[in-house]
Amino acid sequence: MSRLAALIVCCALLIGALLLTGCPAPKTDAPGPVAEGPKDTPPATGDEIVLGSYMCNTGSIATFGQSSTKAMQMAVEEINAQGGVLGKQVKLIVEDDQSKPEEAANAAQKLIQQDNVLCVVGEVASSNSLAAAPICQDAKTPMVTPSSTNPAVTQTGDYIFRVCFTDDFQGVVMSKYALEELKAKTAVIFSDVASDYSKGLSKVFRESFTQGGGQILGEESYNQTDRDFRAQLTKFKALNPDVVYVPGYYGEVALVLSQARQLGLKAAFLGGDGFDSPKLVEIAGEAAEGALFSNHYSKDDPNPVVQTFVRNFEAKYGEAPDALAACAYDAIRIVAQAIEAAGSPDRAALREALAQVKDFDGVTGKITIDENRNAQKSATILTIKDGKQTFVKAMAPG
Amino acid sequence: MSQQLINAISLGAVYALIALGYTMVYGVLRLINFAHGEVFMVGAFVGLAALTVFHLPFAVAVLVAMAGAALLGLIIERGAYRPLRSAPRLAALITAIGISLLLQNLGMLVLGAAPRAYPPAIDATPIGWLEEHAGVVVTRQQVVILVATAAILVGLSLIVSRTKIGKAMRAVSEDRQAAQLMGINVDRVIAFTFSLGSAIAGAGGVFYGVYYGTADPLMGLMPGIKAFVAAVLGGIGSVPGAMLGALLMALVETGVSSVTLRVSPSLTLTGSTLRDAVAFAVLIVILLLRPAGLLGRPGREKV
Repeated sequence: MSRLAALIVCCALLIGALLLTGCPAPKTDAPGPVAEGPKDTPPATGDEIVLGSYMCNTGSIATFGQSSTKAMQMAVEEINAQGGVLGKQVKLIVEDDQSKPEEAANAAQKLIQQDNVLCVVGEVASSNSLAAAPICQDAKTPMVTPSSTNPAVTQTGDYIFRVCFTDDFQGVVMSKYALEELKAKTAVIFSDVASDYSKGLSKVFRESFTQGGGQILGEESYNQTDRDFRAQLTKFKALNPDVVYVPGYYGEVALVLSQARQLGLKAAFLGGDGFDSPKLVEIAGEAAEGALFSNHYSKDDPNPVVQTFVRNFEAKYGEAPDALAACAYDAIRIVAQAIEAAGSPDRAALREALAQVKDFDGVTGKITIDENRNAQKSATILTIKDGKQTFVKAMAPG
Repeated sequence: MSQQLINAISLGAVYALIALGYTMVYGVLRLINFAHGEVFMVGAFVGLAALTVFHLPFAVAVLVAMAGAALLGLIIERGAYRPLRSAPRLAALITAIGISLLLQNLGMLVLGAAPRAYPPAIDATPIGWLEEHAGVVVTRQQVVILVATAAILVGLSLIVSRTKIGKAMRAVSEDRQAAQLMGINVDRVIAFTFSLGSAIAGAGGVFYGVYYGTADPLMGLMPGIKAFVAAVLGGIGSVPGAMLGALLMALVETGVSSVTLRVSPSLTLTGSTLRDAVAFAVLIVILLLRPAGLLGRPGREKV
């Protein structure tokens, strides 16, 4: 009897667990493809220019994909309203990759083989972009990633481009800002031991800060599951550095900030785009005040290009565009400009044109594509002031 | 140095509150309740709801969270463990892991995976006098949590040593069959133990949430494992052992984190990267020397 009961309970649990973990994320009202017509659209030889995009519109990082998709659709509508590209209307097909690398690869395959798109735009997460990039490269179809910052993405091949900066650049920008603007002489680094993003940024910051004449007094690390950082922060307090560089994600950073303030650490806290979440202020509260971080753009940037974009986005969607939306918007507009420059809807010609993009006046700064197909552009420094992200300065490359 | 000691004691208090539940359940049931970390998590969220939705005062919120966690503990015991009581111990263990995963995923489904802000229900500003005279930062929050933890521990030892149900718990822990023959309602005692251990974990969840200012569905995972290790370290089944183990665990973790080893000019080992490795190495060494844990009684396996 009891054995039977045990078996039943075990089975029930197993099924329950499978159902829960295997459950697809609830369908959000993510915008679907703009395309109204049938999916098996013929090649872009007609009176339309067909662009494809794979995006994480559902799944674990769905908010990133959704805001990117909204911005891309807005860009396409604006381009079409201004007469399209090469006299033709632009059509954007968006495939959902469920925030999964294997689905990203499938989506890219489908866009290239079935929809015969001229160019592929995607993705936010570097792991998803890395999965789709080899497929685009093999099919000699240009791929433009709006916001994947891992350097490896564009190293896949000569058809893969990026319109955001790489992780390397973020570290340099922050160390320059610390040395030049904050007049910092000493720094400590506090990194997430298990994250490539965090380790990469730390390495660049360390090199750049030391080269600029600063001194790294100490380095500590943490694990993403940690909640108690007091032991490391107490060590930092004894070192009394001018700045603390914490290139982590907002969840841990918020706790680091509040515990540091409790312990009476007076140094300025600096970080990267992992700080960019309203959760940071929500959790850290007053302790977040004065934290500085590098980001792709700020919606408070007085630049008219930025202000027009923010105004239009807010009017259309009733929400403020985040940095990922800004990057996605720039990606579509750069592609459109490059098609115009190429003179014909041809993949190889588009690749050449993309490689020559120079001083493009984007929402996320002046973008120049370098010989490694990465964007040379400025980064934005933001600070938390009165509980809000506030624009401090745009930092140019070089 | 004294600052690190204070850091360690605060951390140890949180571990102790979770470790107690492990050790009590093991004492009466010889079962490692792996879902205990999730009971802790649910306690934290019940407390969060009490604080933010119903705007209850902190002390009431702790009591509500304890009640909620106790209820959950009862349901888990009744639904998942009691039917398996005569089954092989491994089946119950696997069920415990299943319940743990179930609650984690249920939490993510219902509450979302993003961390939520916990209101600073207790003043977190440092006590000025201590900072000036002793140079250490102790917040009022830490003091309140330490006092509350101490009160819970004293209350628990009183229950175990002075009350009738406590006597029954000890009897069941000693020999379940003999206890039954003496007229003790074993089912009731086990259910009581479960709810008591869960209630303490629930209180721990609220303290943890307030102390760190955040709560998420996976928050029970690491503290749960650490507290389990602490309970084993102190001697699983022993209540003072769990407290000692928790404190020791926190001291080792904080101690290791606070050290920096300069091996050579180019290679510096910071303690924080080695923290968990050293903490678990200490566990292995202690278990090699004292297999029953620091305060555990040597096992008398019944054949």
